[in-house]
Amino acid sequence: MPVAASAVYFLNLRGDVLINRLYRDDVGSCLLSTGAWNLFLFMGSGNMVDAFRTHIMQTKELGTCPVRQIGGCSFFYMRISNVYIVIVVSSNANVACAFKFVVEAVALFKSYFGGAFDEDAIRNNFVLIYELLDEIMDFGYPQNLSPEILKLYITQEGVRSPFSSKPTDKPVPNATLQVTGAVGWRREGLVYKKNEVFLDIVESVNLLMSSKGNVLRCDVTGKVLMKCFLSGMPDLKLGLNDKIGLEKESQLKSRPAKSGKTIELDDVTFHQCVNLTRFNSEKTVSFVPPDGEFELMKYRITEGVNLPFRVLPTIKELGRTRMEVNVKVKSVFGAKMFALGVVIKIPVPKQTAKTSFQVSSGRAKYNAAIDCIVWKIRKFPGQTEPTMSAEVELISTMTEKKSWTRPPIQMEFQVPMFTASGLRVRFLKVWEKSGYNTVEWVRYITKAGSYEIRC
Amino acid sequence: MSGHDSKYFSTTKKGEIPELKEELNSQYKDKRKDAVKKVIAAMTVGKDVSSLFTDVVNCMQTENLELKKLVYLYLINYAKSQPDLAILAVNTFVKDSQDPNPLIRALAVRTMGCIRVDKITEYLCDPLQRCLKDDDPYVRKTAAICVAKLYDINAELVEDRGFLESVKDLISDNNPMVVANAVAALTEIQDNSIRPVFEITSHTLSKLLTALNECTEWGQVFILDALSRYKAADAREAENIVERVTPRLQHANCAVVLSAVKMILQQMELITSTDVVRNLCKKMAPPLVTLLSAEPEIQYVALRNINLIVQRRPTILAHEIKVFFCKYNDPIYVKMEKLEIMIKLASDRNIDQVLLEFKEYATEVDVDFVRKAVRAIGRCAIKLERAAERCISVLLELIKIKVNYVVQEAIIVIKDIFRRYPNTYESIIATLCESLDTLDEPEAKASMIWIIGEYAERIDNADELLESFLESFPEEPAQVQLQLLTATVKLFLKKPTEGPQQMIQVVLNNATVETDNPDLRDRAYIYWRLLSTDPEAAKDIVLAEKPVISDDSNLLDSSLLDELLANIATLSSVYHKPPETFVTRVKATAQKTEDDEYAEGSEAGYPESSAHSADGPTSPPTSSSNDAHVGATRPAPAPSTSPPAAPVPDLMGDLLGMSNNSIVPVDQPSTTPGPPLPVLLPASTGQGLQISAQLKGQDGQIFYSLLFENNSQIPLDGFMIQFNKNSLGLAAAGPLQVPQLQPGTSVAILLPMVLFQNMSAGPPSSLLQVAVKNNQQPVWYFNDKISLHVFFTEDGRMERGSFLETWRSLPDSNEITKDLPGITVNGVESTLDRLVESNMFFIAKRKHSNQDVFYFSAKIPRGVAFLIELTTVVGTPGVKCAIKTPNPEMAPLFFEAIETLLKS
Repeated sequence: MPVAASAVYFLNLRGDVLINRLYRDDVGSCLLSTGAWNLFLFMGSGNMVDAFRTHIMQTKELGTCPVRQIGGCSFFYMRISNVYIVIVVSSNANVACAFKFVVEAVALFKSYFGGAFDEDAIRNNFVLIYELLDEIMDFGYPQNLSPEILKLYITQEGVRSPFSSKPTDKPVPNATLQVTGAVGWRREGLVYKKNEVFLDIVESVNLLMSSKGNVLRCDVTGKVLMKCFLSGMPDLKLGLNDKIGLEKESQLKSRPAKSGKTIELDDVTFHQCVNLTRFNSEKTVSFVPPDGEFELMKYRITEGVNLPFRVLPTIKELGRTRMEVNVKVKSVFGAKMFALGVVIKIPVPKQTAKTSFQVSSGRAKYNAAIDCIVWKIRKFPGQTEPTMSAEVELISTMTEKKSWTRPPIQMEFQVPMFTASGLRVRFLKVWEKSGYNTVEWVRYITKAGSYEIRC
Repeated sequence: MSGHDSKYFSTTKKGEIPELKEELNSQYKDKRKDAVKKVIAAMTVGKDVSSLFTDVVNCMQTENLELKKLVYLYLINYAKSQPDLAILAVNTFVKDSQDPNPLIRALAVRTMGCIRVDKITEYLCDPLQRCLKDDDPYVRKTAAICVAKLYDINAELVEDRGFLESVKDLISDNNPMVVANAVAALTEIQDNSIRPVFEITSHTLSKLLTALNECTEWGQVFILDALSRYKAADAREAENIVERVTPRLQHANCAVVLSAVKMILQQMELITSTDVVRNLCKKMAPPLVTLLSAEPEIQYVALRNINLIVQRRPTILAHEIKVFFCKYNDPIYVKMEKLEIMIKLASDRNIDQVLLEFKEYATEVDVDFVRKAVRAIGRCAIKLERAAERCISVLLELIKIKVNYVVQEAIIVIKDIFRRYPNTYESIIATLCESLDTLDEPEAKASMIWIIGEYAERIDNADELLESFLESFPEEPAQVQLQLLTATVKLFLKKPTEGPQQMIQVVLNNATVETDNPDLRDRAYIYWRLLSTDPEAAKDIVLAEKPVISDDSNLLDSSLLDELLANIATLSSVYHKPPETFVTRVKATAQKTEDDEYAEGSEAGYPESSAHSADGPTSPPTSSSNDAHVGATRPAPAPSTSPPAAPVPDLMGDLLGMSNNSIVPVDQPSTTPGPPLPVLLPASTGQGLQISAQLKGQDGQIFYSLLFENNSQIPLDGFMIQFNKNSLGLAAAGPLQVPQLQPGTSVAILLPMVLFQNMSAGPPSSLLQVAVKNNQQPVWYFNDKISLHVFFTEDGRMERGSFLETWRSLPDSNEITKDLPGITVNGVESTLDRLVESNMFFIAKRKHSNQDVFYFSAKIPRGVAFLIELTTVVGTPGVKCAIKTPNPEMAPLFFEAIETLLKS
């Protein structure tokens, strides 16, 4: 069954219900049998989601599994800032659908609340949330969740009936047709004085490197973020320097592919606006974009990744109470570029008593809360290799020395105008029947995903 | 643009409800709207605002859409508790369903479908009929879902009024969202019906596949899920379908991707061309891997599904093992699943890399994860013959770290490795024996003992090693005792010298005379008889060659796997259980036509269905299931301790069509038989209201049995109950649900209770202070006594051995004695029966001069145990009661309880 939810609860960290909505009756009985007797008669009383609270929140099992069965019900939950969003079902529901619904609903709420989604935001907007919950899911089936469209007829102030007699009321232009239309993510009749498109290629590099410098796992997950300010119903086509797309293109135009670096994408996924059938047959990314900001596509690359940084750690344990830590970080991108906000977290044992460092660049600090030496370099030029050497003194413990399990070194950074994959935008074409000119802006940035070096 | 709705939560102290009532009837629109918001705010925090029903419904006729929505929301929540008043809303609903604004038309139909009150349902049919044919697609898509709602309330009505046909027509609608919702509704109706309602023909199939392109992401999920049931006629059709579905793999929505994968896997079964299959496998791998960069919860769902997929099609991800390497910051549930998949994908080609990973994991912090990693190494050894030696050397390295739980886990898997590769790796036994003293977990101990017994002839000091365990034989857990018994017999058969002979005497004596465990006793008797009649035969049997095991611990049965693969992306695929094992709802129509046996059968068939799902796949290899007397067999699964509760007639459950799940009916006068309840609030003090109440234990749950009698002149309603802080932290598990009490009537209630909710500080006391209020009278306070015996749990039974041990281990300061002079024990048997009934378990009895001394054990929740000694002369008054407990402060409460028990 494609049903995603029988009920949705928003709880704070103490387990109090902030807001909830029952879509189906079937969870009533199983919540009854697990001790939450009043669920379907009363909403939101303090001890109502007892089943969830006593079984999940109060035990250490929180965090062991996001899908749990309690009595006849199954609970799926996600934590977003200081709120648990819990979905309750009693049938064989589509879990993937349920979690994705939660993710999208949160994005929707954020777009309504202006960015924040937390306990206060929920309390301050409960009327709006009730209204949205009623609209985005019916009888447990997710409906249209596009903020763009919903904002047409669900607003903070409440929309008055367009057909009512009062002439002052603002009419809603075909809201219902928009919700259900084939282009359910863009409204008609948009006009911009200046037609602009901003493209951001954001890549995260995930790396797991052994202490000997072997790459154990390495991939790049990239996103193409788009901000559109375009009039009318434009048709867009995006060209990248990916291998398959280029091959197909040269095939169609029956001329040999241009030389130059081509990228092999392991996988691409697209926003729902992209015509997938066309991508499959012609390998072109064509779409009618939503207005404003959205994530056009995501991709993943494992071959030919240019790692922006190499980290060479040497950690020596000198007897029971002393350690020597030397870390060298090498930037391997172009000398003219630079990385921003570089943070290197070097783990040290819990019983660290005293640390002293020497760094050739940036600042280092010992942070006892996370048991790490945190080395920060605000601006890190390419082709350099700063070093840090630290001496760590440990408290000698009476208990037999248990070998220290070393967590990996973790790194954060941002490198503007650099893509670890080498991906480039070749063109972005915009067609609209009125034939206006557009200005396109493209930016690249590479960030650290989980960049871990074992030591 | 953040709102400031939180102001509606603030209240004034002066009677809230009357104030709201006044505001709701205000002549100013804005004031009315604010008032409704306040009502909804009160509802959200759990206050009962049902008494404002009429006033809120009066606000329904408004042109303000926001206000209307709030009123509708209120109706959805309270219509059921006020069915008679709900009828007031019907007119507005019907009127709204003809409003010129399509949003209002849709809202009316959507809301009516959510109100499960018969009278409203009757009036729903005509508007629904109209809306299904509405000009506006938004209304039609809402109406389509509403048919599914109506089917859930009243299936016959849907069939009689021809709604099914109307929804089927919507499949050909020109609007994709209407099509998607119609498909969802029909799929659900089909799931709940035994008759064919929605059959997918090749015609509908191609129509829906075309609609797929234009649907919203969710619509695509509905359609793909519905179509995955379609059986293609031949390989060609299957290929065609797959070709049209594969583009969906590129969708950003994980639900679309998984549903597409499900559909492709289904059709692949029919495709014969190996090229096509290989090609499809190649196409499915990247999207599956991409799911692992989603939110951890989605990753978890994806991993559980991938686990199934690689069992059927191992080639899909054969080259992708690296993506399952754990990140340091992955949540533990993701790590566990990744580990499981790594074992499945481990091959001779990648094993070195995998072992390096496992070794890394085995030094991490989380104990459960470390154990699983160690076990994973062992399972790889069993799975991959050529890599076994490397696996074992990694295990030995880990043992050398001397982390206790790592060593124990390693020993458990090495035992299995010995079974898999007999006579190959026994040289490492010496290393294992070094860690002998550190073993404290039953499974590790049992494994080690098995190894010693199995290889007794190669271990020079095997008898000494076993002997060291024998001293503590009576205290060992059953698992270890069984292994000790078998190992000693093996030792004796292999080395029939004087030492082992003495040992076997001791063991057999222990295992036959001193134990209560029938498994152990039976096994001991069999050995005994074998050894005494025919030692040669014993040798043949006990030392027989054991069949070689293989790593099949995690492979699902093929037909089950088929079923689970057909349920990809659903709960079933996450639990790795077929849907009927956890979905208690039976098909609506089936329930009507067949008798109740069907429903109960499906319940009783799966007594462990509530067990934690993740336990299934993580259970370690039980190598010796085919070899009962060797190997570290676990004790046979104990019969389910909680048999399905006796079917009690359940009025409320039946109304909802879920008769087999509610444990106890909420208001069921017939469930309070037995002696009348003590009157706690006499009618004279309660202005005519009389309340009798007593705590009761029933089926392991605690209830407060209450009887309300209204001897006043007015009807009473809005009952609420509150318990003051008390020593056991007793509190109501839910609200008191008392219907309106007319003058001269009474009602009996079983209120379920929970423990440890509001504990009071200070010394334990049996005082339970209760407050009851209703809308007509002041709050009534009365006192009750907590009788501890109600809380004695069924798991309070102790083995004789552990009773003695516990008694000895508790210091004398924990022993408390009390004389109960007024009590006479007349019949020993009847008294014992009565005590057992209250979960006070008889341990032993002895004579001390003319007195009888009885020993009992009992336990209350949170594992507080009581060891009890009763001394008395049967037939003469006076009982001396001595107890020992880790929580001596509970003694006074206990003595009160035992007095009550013995008196009754």
